Amino acid sequence: MRFERRADVSVPALLVAPLAAVLVSLALCAGLILAAGVSPLTAYAEMLRGAYGSRLAVTETFTRASPLILTGLAAAVAFRARLWNIGGEGQLYMGALVTAGLGHSMMSGLPAPLAVALLMTASMAAGAALLAGPALLRLRFGVDEVVTTLLMNFIVILFVGLMVEGPLKDPMAFGWPQSVPVAAGLRLPDLVPRSRLHVGLVVALLAVAVVWVVQMRTVFGAESRAAGLNPRAAAFAGVPMGRTLMLVACLSGGLAGLAGSIEVLGPTGYVTTNLSPGFGYAGIVVAMLAALHPVGVVGAAVFVATVFVGADAMSRATGVPSFIADVIMSVSLLSMLTALLFTTYRVRR
Amino acid sequence: MSEAIEILTSASLWAAVLRIATPLIFGVLGALLCERAGVLNLGIEGIMTAGAMVGWLAVYWGADLWTGLLLAVMAGMLTGLLHALLTVSLGLSQHVSGLGITLFASALSYYLYRLWVVVGDLPPTITAFTPLHIPVLSDLPFVGEVLFSQMAPTYLALVSVGVVAWVLARTPLGLALRMTGENPHAVEAQGLNPLALRIGAVVAGSGLMALGGAFLTMATFNSFFPSLVQGRGWICIALVIFASWRPGKALLGALLFAFFDAFQLRLQTVVDGVPYQLFLMAPFVLSIVALVLVARRARVPEALMQPYRRGER
Repeated sequence: MRFERRADVSVPALLVAPLAAVLVSLALCAGLILAAGVSPLTAYAEMLRGAYGSRLAVTETFTRASPLILTGLAAAVAFRARLWNIGGEGQLYMGALVTAGLGHSMMSGLPAPLAVALLMTASMAAGAALLAGPALLRLRFGVDEVVTTLLMNFIVILFVGLMVEGPLKDPMAFGWPQSVPVAAGLRLPDLVPRSRLHVGLVVALLAVAVVWVVQMRTVFGAESRAAGLNPRAAAFAGVPMGRTLMLVACLSGGLAGLAGSIEVLGPTGYVTTNLSPGFGYAGIVVAMLAALHPVGVVGAAVFVATVFVGADAMSRATGVPSFIADVIMSVSLLSMLTALLFTTYRVRR
Repeated sequence: MSEAIEILTSASLWAAVLRIATPLIFGVLGALLCERAGVLNLGIEGIMTAGAMVGWLAVYWGADLWTGLLLAVMAGMLTGLLHALLTVSLGLSQHVSGLGITLFASALSYYLYRLWVVVGDLPPTITAFTPLHIPVLSDLPFVGEVLFSQMAPTYLALVSVGVVAWVLARTPLGLALRMTGENPHAVEAQGLNPLALRIGAVVAGSGLMALGGAFLTMATFNSFFPSLVQGRGWICIALVIFASWRPGKALLGALLFAFFDAFQLRLQTVVDGVPYQLFLMAPFVLSIVALVLVARRARVPEALMQPYRRGER
């Protein structure tokens, strides 16, 4: 058996790949659900009901999807240019911390929309700066950014812990380690009344549109894709590799920082060290399921959100541990990776 | 200042260095073995988690400690085989596959733990490894406590360094393995199978990583809980680079690292007014600094992260 490269990748194959990956993943995880003594069909039905069974459930799923769209986009943009940004989690926390810190009191006096825009920009700048460091280390010293961005995640979360127990600690929180809240007037308005779904979803979708336009319609977008497809050829063709990589890093880090900002401005209002249930890491899965396409990120983020929100409800109803959501997500990633191989290669005997 | 000197001259600090270094030694050796054959194994964090969970669970269910370690190794090798199939046989992105393996192995470990173990207010514990008492040697002043009163797996880790170094440097298998990491085409030309060599190296390396994880639950914490590996795997990946892919230097790196960790733990108790998070950050900051210092001089295996496909250049 050997692999032979296909002449070109067909679009239908790219659409089928994630569906196949998700189905394979659900089939494999059925065995684990059986091991818990629960019928997989019942469990999956409960998951669907948990994620879409009521108005509240639907809004909860889309609330969960909003930051995932942004972290997924962050990973997709970086991976496209072969910048391995695994630090989405840290960049998200940095963005969240900046929004909470500045949004507590420093923005008073400004009109709310302007203040919110400033907060988001500041959070994006913080996320961008956090990834610019590892990108610069790679360019200047050849330090692998996978390791540095991974290590940064731990540093940033400890830093958040330090801030919420120290300078940014909320004195009104009965000793709980949480940050001061953002001013009430700056919280994002709800999209659906009496739910947690907020305008952050619109912000995330706007970001998708902007990234799509940038990638497909600008010189920088073309250069960043070229840098990912074949770095040597791109450099030879005159793509300024260093500059392109730094810009990609700023875009990617900024998107992850924005995810943190909308979490604080939207559902939570303050920062804790467990603000994110792994949104940064899940963003990598989202990006891969989307085959790194910005529009595909939306669908993939909704899928991952469905699994997580659904699994919580299913776990309460059936007793299957809710860690099944993490298993489904990781198996989808591995299946998708395998499926992508068959879109670029064919098997020959 | 006098406190720092007092800490530095205490035997308990140096005993702790070896203890803290043990999981790192296993992990860094495992990662080194994979990378010398040309495969980056970012599954390490998950493989350590799987080893930690399987070893602990076996003992919790009545197996003896050594059987537990053996089962942990087998779990690690099985997970490693999956990474090898994806990255070597199918030639998929080693970055993404490795992260996928980490997510998968950790999630599966947590899932099965929750499924099979009833957790009350505190996670249940097992009777873990205890420090050995070697007649005469353990009773020596200072060195007795530092070198001769460790737990058995610590000695196993030190022996493994020697074995891995010897195999890599002095055996035909080691030569073939290193060549696979530098130039798999040359290996093929010699009539050897670079794919089989890579798969073997990843499986063996993953077994070592799992031992490191198992040490955490079977000697350090005595219990299993989510996120107990806490980035130790990623630190091992950094240590491999720091060690320029040499087993001896890897041991040195792990010991140096463990020294700083043990030192900061003791310093925390005597220094007031410094947030404890700063101490916890130190190992991660240190890893990044170490990477920057050595990156320019590092001799990366030529074919690291390059999938090998027969008949494709």
